[in-house]
Amino acid sequence: MLEALEGSQAIARAVALCRPDVVAAYPITPQTHIVEALSRLVAQGDMKTEFVSVESEFSAASVVLGAAAAGTRAYTATASQGVLLMAEVLFNIAGLRVPLVMTVANRAVSAPLSIWNDHSDSMAVRDSGWIQLHCADNQEAVDTTIQAFRITQETELPVMVCMDGFVLTHTFEPIDLPTQDAIDGWLPPLEFSRKLDPGDPKSLGTLVSPDFFAEVRHSHHAAMTKALSVIGEVDEAWSALTGRSCGGLLEVSGDPAARIGILAMGSTCGTIQTGMEHAAGEVGSARLIKLRAFRPFPADALRAACEGLDHLIVIDRAISPGLGGVVGTEVAATLADVPGAPRIHNHALGLGGRDIPETIYADLMATVTDPDSPAFSVFDADMEKLDPEDR
Amino acid sequence: MSTEGQDAARLAELRQKFGREPLPPREGEAEQSPRDAQPRFRGLESGHRACQGCGEALAARLVMECAGPDVMIANATGCLEVFTTAWPQSAWRVPWVHSLFENAAAVASGMEAAMKAKGRNTKVLAFGGDGGTYDIGFQALSGMLERYHNVLYVCFDNEAYMNTGIQRSSSTPHAATTTTSPAGKERMGKRHLKKDLLSIIAAHHIPFAASASVAYAADLQRKVRYAMGVDGPTFLVVHSPCPLGWRHASAMTIEVARRAVECGLFPLVEIERGAVTNVMPIRDVRPVTDYLSLQGRFAHLMKDADSRAAEERAHLQALADYNIEVFGLRGDSPDAADTTGTAVVGRSGRPAGRI
Repeated sequence: MLEALEGSQAIARAVALCRPDVVAAYPITPQTHIVEALSRLVAQGDMKTEFVSVESEFSAASVVLGAAAAGTRAYTATASQGVLLMAEVLFNIAGLRVPLVMTVANRAVSAPLSIWNDHSDSMAVRDSGWIQLHCADNQEAVDTTIQAFRITQETELPVMVCMDGFVLTHTFEPIDLPTQDAIDGWLPPLEFSRKLDPGDPKSLGTLVSPDFFAEVRHSHHAAMTKALSVIGEVDEAWSALTGRSCGGLLEVSGDPAARIGILAMGSTCGTIQTGMEHAAGEVGSARLIKLRAFRPFPADALRAACEGLDHLIVIDRAISPGLGGVVGTEVAATLADVPGAPRIHNHALGLGGRDIPETIYADLMATVTDPDSPAFSVFDADMEKLDPEDR
Repeated sequence: MSTEGQDAARLAELRQKFGREPLPPREGEAEQSPRDAQPRFRGLESGHRACQGCGEALAARLVMECAGPDVMIANATGCLEVFTTAWPQSAWRVPWVHSLFENAAAVASGMEAAMKAKGRNTKVLAFGGDGGTYDIGFQALSGMLERYHNVLYVCFDNEAYMNTGIQRSSSTPHAATTTTSPAGKERMGKRHLKKDLLSIIAAHHIPFAASASVAYAADLQRKVRYAMGVDGPTFLVVHSPCPLGWRHASAMTIEVARRAVECGLFPLVEIERGAVTNVMPIRDVRPVTDYLSLQGRFAHLMKDADSRAAEERAHLQALADYNIEVFGLRGDSPDAADTTGTAVVGRSGRPAGRI
């Protein structure tokens, strides 16, 4: 049954359906509505969980780490500065390989202070060892959140569910929430293989000498690589339950015969899709690639998705100053050894919440035929606002 | 007792599996000695890599003996973590997790929430050094106490960052030298005071907070057993000499710790809900120089030719006198529970003062 729900409310309801034993979270815009909604569910008795109201994001991440290590299902949510304050714990969680789910309501990182959406926060912890899944709309965010609890159990790797702050978290959409019975049947009880148990004592997080560290990292990388197939399988299992798929690792849509492709993550995908529907007649149609799994990076799926393209426009919602776009760079590296690989046009868009209009589609398509188009640009930066020496 | 609030059958099963049963009364004795009545559970095994005379290793073993097997530990980064767990070895016989330097209290909070969610009584302990407790982990600790998690937090206080090679912490005593508070022409060691952490802890109005010393094992274990039975946050700071960092002979660990108590610089007190409810009286108060003179970290205070040395000695003596005055530590009669009575243990294991 469809309900009109704000993105954050929908996420809280989805989390409640997964019956986490422990929830710890600290409020930060634009994640706040999620933690508020969860608190209300607990206060009303609609959700049975140990809700730990922590004094910082650092403790939020640490509390769920402890809860997961003790063998219980745990959840947290944050954004922006919260992700960065958690950063040390996030690497630790991944290194300990404990099962956890975290929502990131993607937001820019200060300074200058911006409460609005881009992907700088989750990009900053790209190499932490978490699975990172991006959601294009609120139904996908709900579905991915529930899938994440199953993925984390099957892989024993923590899962970060990234959804665009405000654009998704504060937007009402018709949402189909599964029934509690359906989720109870679909999501098996958590059995963490290395849980803390007085009946079978283990030491977790020990000191590891150089004799073993490389093996630890290798096994983490191997586990992430194996997770590629788990992410696909769980999405298929979800589709069998609900009839909806989130696209697995990535989803290709638009014009399959097009020679130009556009790749994006998150809610930008919908904007591009709508822009194309309006402007295809004038500027031509494109193949659209929605990258859902950013970590692990689906290299094989990406190569297949790019077959036959002459040009690929890669949209980044973050910037690595001095390099350019992170997604663009990784896509270029993935396609580097593919014969006849498309030319990459990498553009950062919508930084710090800059509105991305539907007309962006036509503007982006125009760069492909422009011989002077740079390999990377902050596409919507208005040079008129800058001093000449800053341009 | 530690079994209070815990499932007795489960505890017995775990002791059977990992520990040692309390011993029966010895031949010719009518009752069990207090020592034999203790679980004597070896939660922290021997064979770890601590230095000779490590106060922290002994303190942790004493804590584990009476905490028993139905516990799980969140351990902050520090010597205790490093010397007990170099992979693939571990000296712990209980479930144990090390996450980071500054989050032991928060990780323990999560473990406790997990136990609550599962309806289990397993007690959660958090261990940290003074760096992880007084300084970098202080915020997480305050949060844990305020949220009233059922966790016993034990701070093994050796008064500096020993794991990184003896740097000053906010727990380092005034005038002590460390590698980041050396003495020289312009400085007489640490310029600031030792942070009065126990008062800050007490301000959280938790059920039980206490200081203990590795020199007074019976007192330390009594406090652990009491804290184990409390359903709520409890805090213990254990004075644990570090021969390497304090620069005293390895064989002198207990003597150094004892003198810290006897001179009044490290008062042993118990605080319940913010009020001081018990102290260990000092039978014969020593001058602070008896304590300082055993340690190389205070060697610059023992130079008669330096007028600043006398000034700093007087400063430290004033701090000790203040503690004695504020907590009423001066014992005026032989008391089985005072510094002398508690420290002398008879062959039966009973404190000598009680016989």
